[in-house]
Amino acid sequence: MSASAPNNELGAVPGGSAVITGHAWTFGRDVDTDLIIAARYLNMKTAEELAAHLMEDADPEFPQKVRPGDILVADENFGCGSSREHAPMAIKGAGIPLVIAKSFARIFYRNAFNTGLPILVAPEAVDGIDEGDEVEVDLSTGCIRNLTSGKEFEAEPLPSFMQELVSAGGLLPFLKGRVQG
Amino acid sequence: MAMTITEKILARAAGRDTVEPGDLIMARVDFCLGNDITAPVAIDEFEKAGFDTVFDPERIALIPDHFTPNKDIKTAQLVKQMREFSARHGITHFYDVGRVGVEHALLPEMGLVGPGDVVIGADSHTCTYGALGAFATGVGSTDLAGAMATGQVWFRVPESVKFVFDGELSPWVTGKDLILYTIGNIGVDGALYLAMEFTGSAISGLSMDSRFSMANMAIEAGGKNGIIAADATTRAYVEGRFRREPVYVESDQGAGYAWERRWSAADIPLMVAKPHLPSNTQPADELTGTGIDQVIIGSCTNGRIEDLRMAAEVLRGQKVHKDVRCIVIPATQAIWKQAMDEGLFDVFLEAEAVVSAPTCGPCLGGHMGILAEGEVAVATTNRNFVGRMGHPASEVYLAGPYVAAASAVAGHVATPEQIGTRRAV
Repeated sequence: MSASAPNNELGAVPGGSAVITGHAWTFGRDVDTDLIIAARYLNMKTAEELAAHLMEDADPEFPQKVRPGDILVADENFGCGSSREHAPMAIKGAGIPLVIAKSFARIFYRNAFNTGLPILVAPEAVDGIDEGDEVEVDLSTGCIRNLTSGKEFEAEPLPSFMQELVSAGGLLPFLKGRVQG
Repeated sequence: MAMTITEKILARAAGRDTVEPGDLIMARVDFCLGNDITAPVAIDEFEKAGFDTVFDPERIALIPDHFTPNKDIKTAQLVKQMREFSARHGITHFYDVGRVGVEHALLPEMGLVGPGDVVIGADSHTCTYGALGAFATGVGSTDLAGAMATGQVWFRVPESVKFVFDGELSPWVTGKDLILYTIGNIGVDGALYLAMEFTGSAISGLSMDSRFSMANMAIEAGGKNGIIAADATTRAYVEGRFRREPVYVESDQGAGYAWERRWSAADIPLMVAKPHLPSNTQPADELTGTGIDQVIIGSCTNGRIEDLRMAAEVLRGQKVHKDVRCIVIPATQAIWKQAMDEGLFDVFLEAEAVVSAPTCGPCLGGHMGILAEGEVAVATTNRNFVGRMGHPASEVYLAGPYVAAASAVAGHVATPEQIGTRRAV
């Protein structure tokens, strides 16, 4: 687990005050998991190793350019394709604390919640953020502020079940609690 | 309350009389699986979370198929981790090279998954088993870890959508063409989060292999699952094969669908999906200007015996074009043996195609047929994303086995008719 993306960050969503500030990298629609982390690197499984190849087939320089704290902003259907959990792992490994998109492919959506990568669905914010903009996000309220343009947006609220998962600290602690409870 | 087949299977697995779209449920898992990419991460998470037993060692399959036979040291380590975990927990269904096959061909063939099941797999093409009238969906490694430990998984009950294919298929057209046509029509997120139910007289007429090929690609439209209610064809396949009691389920009259598409099957031609999305479809006979370097016939989409017979029907007495490499990959050991016994390998070898060991290999750019910069392939696989089969500047055209084999002969995208194949009667 990378020090810059602690696993409990999402745990702050329901009642906490986790505020993330970072510069935006923007992507189009249908960013697939092969693009996020190509299958030729799936013989590895640590976040650090995977992060060195994040988004490499979209931009070979991306792993060098992205800085811890930067956020990803994408159009519809982010994370489509394969079920590889290596995709959210690579994103977290690069120190990226948040992905904002118009929509997420369903397995990526599950994987993000299950593994503690904060993601927000916010179509208007995606249209209102340009590459390089500085963005401040309050994960507890879903409030997204583009500090560069001064505009504010609201993310869609989390379903209550997802809040439960988050409060438990991820899927496995949640399931463990059910089995033992 | 009238429910769709997907809702009925999920209600039963949740121990409820009914469910509605949008409900969040905890469901019992009948079977779960992972492969050499996803299972090692699941094992790490299982152990990190402090679980020490699996819920049922006979309802878990760990299938090293993606990079096997092991392509490098790192891959060998991953498979070793699976082998050791399986031994430690007494997991029955771990299969090594010599017994293993492509997971989504192997599990139905062995009778490990069947009608009425809830199956989750840490592989997006787990939706393949929907062809048996099961609810089957891809998940990530952490979900697999949770299921291995507890036999439970969470779902949001999806809305269902219905695709009705009426009438008779045109000559050469298979399930692969129907699903490519569907994805081309609705887009790669056209069924995002939705249950895709395939029905109609053309579906009733499809073989099991063609149905697997259709359900396999539901995920390429963003679907949660693809499903075909069991009928006589399914029963004939399942009987004497499935190791548990099948539960035959069908949608109620009056069940609710978010929307419906209805097509006349005869209007659907041989289809190809051009780079770099499975939705970028066009009739195959319009693409004859597209030169190619490689053809792959195999995968969880089209590596079954019927697919190999179709390829052989086109390749019989022909030669693979001098500028093309044609790689045939039977999906399992049983399919391999059957193809050998039927003499299909003679056809492939005489045509100067090569036959490989069962593996996912080139489909995901793993090994056994990687593309160089600028190279173009026709593949019977399911994805053609940027860099999917190799270099980021290579290209993949998705098609069924007839078009793939005809293209191998022609040296460009082609249909059997365009290379003069006479239809076997």
